[in-house]
Amino acid sequence: MPRNITDIVRAGLKKRYRAEARFRLYGITAILAALVLLFTLFVTIVSQGASAFVATELTLSVPVTAAVVDPEGTRAEATLSGANYRKLVLDALDAQFPDVQDRIERRKLHAIVSDGATYDLREKVMANPALIGTTVTLTTPVASDFDMLAKGQVDVSQPESLRRLNDRQIGWFNTLKERGLVSFGLDRNLFVNADSRQPELAGIFGALMGSLYTLLVTLALSFPMGVAAAVYLEEYAPRNRLTDIIEVNINNLAAVPSIVFGLLGLAIFLGFFGLPRSAPLVGGLVLSLMTLPTIIIAARVALQSVPPSIREAALGIGASKMQTVLHHVLPLALPGIMTGTIIGMARALGETAPLLMIGMVAFIADTPEGILSPSTVLPVQIYIWADSPERAFLERMSAAIIILLTFLVIMNTAAVWLRRKFERKW
Amino acid sequence: MIDQSFHYEGVTGHPRLPGRDIKFSINDVNVYYGPKHALKNVGLDIASREVTAFIGPSGCGKSTFLRSLNRMNDLIDGCRVEGQVLIEGEDIYAPEVDVVELRARVGMVFQKPNPFPKSIYENVAYGPRIHGIARSRDELDGIVQSSLERAGLWKEVRDRLDAPGTGLSGGQQQRLCIARAIAVSPEVILMDEPCSALDPIATAKVEELIDELSGNYTIIIVTHSMQQAARVSQRTAFFHLGYLIECEQTDVIFMNPQHPLTQGYITGRFG
Repeated sequence: MPRNITDIVRAGLKKRYRAEARFRLYGITAILAALVLLFTLFVTIVSQGASAFVATELTLSVPVTAAVVDPEGTRAEATLSGANYRKLVLDALDAQFPDVQDRIERRKLHAIVSDGATYDLREKVMANPALIGTTVTLTTPVASDFDMLAKGQVDVSQPESLRRLNDRQIGWFNTLKERGLVSFGLDRNLFVNADSRQPELAGIFGALMGSLYTLLVTLALSFPMGVAAAVYLEEYAPRNRLTDIIEVNINNLAAVPSIVFGLLGLAIFLGFFGLPRSAPLVGGLVLSLMTLPTIIIAARVALQSVPPSIREAALGIGASKMQTVLHHVLPLALPGIMTGTIIGMARALGETAPLLMIGMVAFIADTPEGILSPSTVLPVQIYIWADSPERAFLERMSAAIIILLTFLVIMNTAAVWLRRKFERKW
Repeated sequence: MIDQSFHYEGVTGHPRLPGRDIKFSINDVNVYYGPKHALKNVGLDIASREVTAFIGPSGCGKSTFLRSLNRMNDLIDGCRVEGQVLIEGEDIYAPEVDVVELRARVGMVFQKPNPFPKSIYENVAYGPRIHGIARSRDELDGIVQSSLERAGLWKEVRDRLDAPGTGLSGGQQQRLCIARAIAVSPEVILMDEPCSALDPIATAKVEELIDELSGNYTIIIVTHSMQQAARVSQRTAFFHLGYLIECEQTDVIFMNPQHPLTQGYITGRFG
């Protein structure tokens, strides 16, 4: 006599529920682990980089004497531009410490002010020549070693010989602090300057513009080409051996390591066509090669997801193939194509390796003015700064990482938002 | 038991309609999907301004045949059509025939309502617009209104022409699709199971509409429902396994079918 079916089922139920609970637990564990890793990453980066957005500033009262700036009183631009503002700034600093007379000691003292102070003073005077003969209150960043000192990143307990700053310098700086001349402010240089040898003057603006130009070139090339290729393959091309081969090779292209595209760019765009080195144009060309397969694949998926009934409807009332594609299929696929494009662009924004190959890793102290001027890009700037010996450059690097990640997060959020907003149900 | 493997080869000959106004004259049409022979030696006449119904069990080739009348089969990879399909004496498969022009003459309504995801107005206006039928905005407005009126939808939607067509109920969507089809003033409307996705009330409305339209258009409807064929059509063609078995006046097909397969199908013994 077989047992009742209900009893058999009931006997196995507990085991099934336990297996079910375990299965769910695996998933939750995986998500938690991923979140912990992500959180650690963000906390580390933000805690290290946040201080880079703040600059230690020194406030000096600088008498702008006519004898130094404009001895002849012509107010000519060339005279004003070439004047020795450094002397004015250093004199003002010396005035704080009249007892320091030794030449070598004085040079040590002068290390406190950054070259930026000279530039700032020149800018002020040139903008307003009426300042000549008056005393200007100048608030400018201190040199990076003192910036680090002010932020507590110099180990004062180390023996003097192992430090970049000696005890006298630290003493002077503390005296300035006691006199209330040292303050903290938003680091303007970080946002408006290009790279520099002096960490306190180095900024990401040059790299940011380089990234922008590079991405513009990439977008302008890969979006129309990618969409056109996808439309042809999805809507027009017959399914045969040739299109199969093309399809496989598009996927292959998507899997090629990016450094290989860099080498290709070096050989073809620089070597054969002789395009300028380090230019966003070449960077954009190389990144287009890399982004193109991503966009083609995303666009094809988006086109495939447009139901055939829409095509039939349009063709059924006598629309031509092109009208069907342009009026109905493409608009419906566009959100998906845009999402894929933004994700491809975000990847291109974070790409470093191929750009090293085409010389975008050079030290470039000017903000690029177009797609042909030499420039670098954000991730390469991070790479350059990570390679620098000064502690202050590492702080800049963390700031650049925060800015880069912010852009990437914004782009990915835009992609998700687009998908949500235009997602259509049939 | 009826032998379904029965091999039919033109037992009743091609049903011709002498003395009638003929829209389509079809001679020995064969359709292949790759190696599959989907439609075999089909030939018949279809009269103007009446409703012809195609019935038959699933896979019998009735939809395939319908789609070969406005060359929608062209869209399917590996599909090949042989034979002659004459619309008022012109072969639609002749090389000089423009498919776009043909489809403007022979409109189509599909199984699942497929309005464009645009406004109701845009749905109806699309056809006239791409063919350049309306010369002015007023004329276009007129076409949209009269098409919606003829599709029996005007009263329901006239206050919300800018609302999306996809927001209508299933039955309204299907009538919108019919309005869209008649907006380009086709001579023929092909309907591929237009009511199979609709509830009985919506079905009744669409059937009523087909009845009204039949005075002005040649309508060919594929249907799974024999009651529907009986209600809306004047002539009925019965297909089985790729063959046209019988084509007659609808009342003859249902009251006095000649062929044992037709008899078996309409009495529900298979299908």
